[in-house]
This record gives sequence, structure tokens and C-alpha cells, in this order.
Amino acid sequence: MIVLEKRPQPSQAWSYATPVVAVLATMVFGGLLFAAMGKDPVEAIRTIFWEPLFGEFAFYYRPQLLVKGAPLVLIAIGLSLGFRAGIWNIGAEGQYIVGAICGAGVGLAFYPHEAWFIFPLMVIAGAFGGWIWAMIPAVLKVRFGTNEILVSLMLVYVAEQLLASMSLGLLKNPEGFGFPGSRNLQSYDSAHNAELITGTGMHWGVVAAFVAVIFSYVLLKRHMLGFHIRLTGEAPRAARFAGVNPARLILFCLGTSGALAGLAGLFEVSGPSGVVSIDFNVGYGFTAIIVAFLGRLHPVGILLAGGLMALTYIGGEIAQSQLGLPAAAIQVFQGMLLFFLLALDLLTNYRIRAARKEVA
Amino acid sequence: MDLSQINPVLLVASLMVAATPLLLAAIGELVVEKAGVLNLGVEGMMIVGAITGFAISVETGSPWLGFLASAIGGALLSLLFVLLTQVALANQVASGLALTLFGLGLSALLGQGYVGIKPPGMAELDIPVLSDLPVVGPILFGHDPILYLGIALTAAVWAVLKYTRVGLILRAVGENHDAAHALGYKVVRIRILAILFGGACAGLGGAYISLIRVPQWTEGMTAGVGWIALALVVFASWKPWRVLLGAYLFGGVTVVQLNLQAAGVAIPVEYLAMSPYIITILMLVILSADKSRAPASLGRIFHASH
Repeated sequence: MIVLEKRPQPSQAWSYATPVVAVLATMVFGGLLFAAMGKDPVEAIRTIFWEPLFGEFAFYYRPQLLVKGAPLVLIAIGLSLGFRAGIWNIGAEGQYIVGAICGAGVGLAFYPHEAWFIFPLMVIAGAFGGWIWAMIPAVLKVRFGTNEILVSLMLVYVAEQLLASMSLGLLKNPEGFGFPGSRNLQSYDSAHNAELITGTGMHWGVVAAFVAVIFSYVLLKRHMLGFHIRLTGEAPRAARFAGVNPARLILFCLGTSGALAGLAGLFEVSGPSGVVSIDFNVGYGFTAIIVAFLGRLHPVGILLAGGLMALTYIGGEIAQSQLGLPAAAIQVFQGMLLFFLLALDLLTNYRIRAARKEVA
Repeated sequence: MDLSQINPVLLVASLMVAATPLLLAAIGELVVEKAGVLNLGVEGMMIVGAITGFAISVETGSPWLGFLASAIGGALLSLLFVLLTQVALANQVASGLALTLFGLGLSALLGQGYVGIKPPGMAELDIPVLSDLPVVGPILFGHDPILYLGIALTAAVWAVLKYTRVGLILRAVGENHDAAHALGYKVVRIRILAILFGGACAGLGGAYISLIRVPQWTEGMTAGVGWIALALVVFASWKPWRVLLGAYLFGGVTVVQLNLQAAGVAIPVEYLAMSPYIITILMLVILSADKSRAPASLGRIFHASH
């Protein structure tokens, strides 16, 4: 008979070890999955994790790591603040879309005027777009006690329709021969989020992601608000007695995560993607949830987790072209990672012991 | 715009079809939540049910086997949720999200060979005189059997929860798991069964979309129905008949919206397509002021130290 014994304090060692063990377990089970699909498992895992970093074409893939990792880290940092306090924003995908639409809209409004202030204005508009989209569930929760999980998620579908409407209507390229999608911001210098150093993948979004990590670290470690966030998550009753204002916390956490997701959308639409189109969003908002948990809701952890997740995206694409591994297999792989992570967290909070059979 | 094209009888009949996936998924989730477990993985279980049901019907040619397989598929996926939340005592919100993310990926993987195929149809009920009645016929007696199963399931869940010992125990576990445990009820075992039931129902609901409502397979075809089902349980205040009412209301919104698109109303298609989601939010706002109906142990982790 095996019993679980609650640890008086979560184990430090296990809290560092679980993400690593989870990644290893995912590699093993992912490998089994790939083998079941008739692919060489070792080759597949090697392609996903090794090829982008040290393979023959690594010079091309390494910059991609920053390009894919930045939006994931940016969104996940925002989400982690709320997750720590038990405030569940799972609609980051929608906030990402609306941020991109607002930012691109501001940029396109100035077309073809060239000026230094256009890009900063777009950044503000992008953050604002994401913020306002996240404020909908926040205000509804504070005012009416509405469940923020469901509202923020519903708004993803609304945002997707809005995106379709924008790329077919208001923001459609007037010189696009009737094809859906906006003008390409990459060919509009004042609005282009270009690489800061050519060939590195380093753009403003990557800078913003690093800044967000640092700010979030300082906030959680050194600031009263960060302490309140942690307190609310770990001991809600104590937080209430300590005078934490829950409404303020909800507005702050959802608002911040929305603004960061909006920023991620803006940097993506003005840089790597370039156009507002129907298929602009690729699920960063949802993958960021995995990133946040994989990073144990800790800023530095999220930075590492974002890098790892970006690696699976890029490696997945390579595996797709070289081994014919379907894109959905990578999605399953990423989902599996979250499973193992949550399951193994048991070891952080509980001790597993063999017990003598007790008499009832 | 030509609204006269819209036939009210057909509208009501198709409303019932549109509502059934929601109803099936929501009634399953209601039982799960009554047992004190919040499973946010409904969307994932539905989409996995949709593809397993679709694949098995195409392979065997029998929609009945397809529906059976979809229930098994949904239940199997919910078994992962059981492992996470009941065995590994993980956070239920995070585990539910994981289930949805995993289910969406898994279904896309399983469904690769099935895009663009037409599944075998399921015969609609054809009772000699009754089905041919003018208005009542198509609305009450002209549907596929699964639609009636949904209604029967609602009645069954209501009766079991209200009148039987099993229902009482289930509710006790959901209201106060420590007290139920102290009385000697197997809290974890009861919850596992409830979760599996919820998974099977969600699977059926998913298969209803891919086999009857649409009928074809496309990636991510449940398009948030699982999430709307979760919302439905909240604003039905955990009452089975209100779930039915809510599901028909939503079926109505969806069908009217589609009819307006077809009739060429001046509102752009995208804004009409938004409406079910926006109405869900509005309903949540209106009806979530009263939280007192929620099972008291909902979403809390149960760990028996002795």
C-alpha cells in the first residue's frame, strides 16, 4: 500500500527537478509516439532538440529561437503573475490578436508617411489593445463576479472573428488585388520592427521580453504588489487579513498580462509576420500557458522554458520537412509536457511512502 | 435581405440539432461538477470524441459504433484528468487546460486521413403517422436517435440526482468531501466515476458535431462548444432542466445567426459569427451574480490523510 504524506513545506530540490524530469519523460513518451507513427524515435528527438542548435543549418535556426521564444516569454510572464494569485487569464491568444490589430491599425493609418514616432505609437497602441481586451474579463469579474476563465476564453473566438473581419475589410491592402490581408509592414520602414542586429533574430520584441523578465523578477521579489500576488496565491485568507485588495489585484494581473500579450502581437505583426491576415495567430497564447507552468511561474524559469518551447516549434518544423512528422504531433508533444509537469508536481508537495496496511 | 426564406418549423428543428452537442457535453460536466470536480477539459474531450466517432463510423460504416467509440474515446481522455487530479492531486484548472491542449493536438493527429470524407448517415426517426404531422412532426418526431438520447439523459440525471441514493451520495461528495469521507463514502472512487461519465458525454457531444450536425471532419471543429458547455453549467445553476433550456437558447442563437448569414443581412458575417460567444458572456454576467448554487467543494483538492 502506498500513501501520500503532505510535506510541511514544498521540496526545493523537487521544484527544480520536476521540469527537467518532465522534459525527459516527454522525450521518452514522445519518442514512443513517434515510433508508433513509424518514425525513428531517436532520430526524431534528435531533430527536434539538437538540429536547431548544433545541426548543419544551425546558423539559420538559432536566430529563429529568439523570434519564436520572445512572444512566448512575453505572454507567459504576464500569465504567470495572475496564475500565482489564482487569477486565470487563458485568453492571451485573443489579447495577442487585438494587440496586433490595434498596433498595425495605427501604423497603417500613417501609411505612407515616414516618421520616427510611428513605431513607438504602434507599440503603445498594441499594448493598449491587449490591455483593453483583458480588462473586459477583469472588470466583469470585479463588478459582477463573472468567471474570468470562461470570459477570457470566449473573447479569443470573438477576437478571431474580429481578425477575419479586419483582414477582409478595414485593414485590407487596397493594392492587394482583392486578396485578404493588410499591407506588409515589413516594407514600410517607419512601422517595421526590423532586426536590431542583422542575422541574430534580435528585434524589439526580444528586448521587451528580457525587460519583462527583469521587471517581473523585481516585482515579485522586491515589491509590495508582488508580495501581495504571492500571498494571495499561497494563503488567500491571510491575504485578506493583510489588507490585500482583491479587485485591484485582479485588474492589475489581467491588465498586465493583456498588455504584454498585446505587445507580443504587435511585435509579431510588425516584424516576423508583417501582415494582418486571417491565419495570423498560431497559438502562442495557448502555448504560453505551458511555458508559464514549465517555468514554474518564475521569471527566470519562464525565460528558459520559453527557449525550450521555441526549440520544439523550430525542431518540429524541421522534423516536419525532413522526417514527414505531422505538425499535430508536435502539438501532442507539447501537451504531453504539461501533463508530466503537473503530474510530477506531486513529488514537490507530497512524500510517497510505503505504509503498513492499517486496521480500519 | 429576404427573411421570408426562413422557415420557422425548420428553424426550431435545426435549433434542436444545434443544441444537442452542447446539451450532451454540459449534462456530463454538470455531473462532474456536482461531484465537486471542475474539469475544464470539455473542449478537448469533445474534439477527441468527434474524431474517434468519425473515424470508427467511417471504418465500420456504422454510426452507432461511431457514437459508442466516441464515448469511450472521451472517457479515455478524461482518464488522464483522473490521473492528474485524483491520483497526482494536481491543480484542476491547470489539468483541465492541459487536457484541452492535448486533446486538440491528439485529434488533429488522429484526424489526418479523414479530412474531406463523408461519414455514414444516421437514419432519422420515422414513425408512420406522427413524423408526417405538419408542424409537430419535424420538430418532435423527425430527429436522429442521439438527439432523443440527450433529452433522456437530462431527465435521467435529474431523476438520479434528485430521487436516488446514488445522487445523494454524489451531491454529498461535491458539497463537503471531508464529511462524505468521514461517513465512509469513497470520495475518490465516486469522483473518478463522475469524471469518466462526463468524458463519455463530452465525447458523444463531439461525435454529434462531426457525424450529424456538420457532418465532416475538420481540425478544431468544436470551435469552443466545450467552453460554452462549461458556461452553460454555471448559468444553469447546476440544474439539469435549466441546462436543457440554456442549450436550446444557444442552439437558437446559433441557428438564427446562420440563417441571417444565409439571408444576406447587412451585418458582416464575422460579426454574426461572434454572437454566440458574446451572448455567452452576457448570460454569464447576468446569471453569475448568484454563486450560492455551486457545489461547495468545487475545484478543491481532496487528500485523505488517514
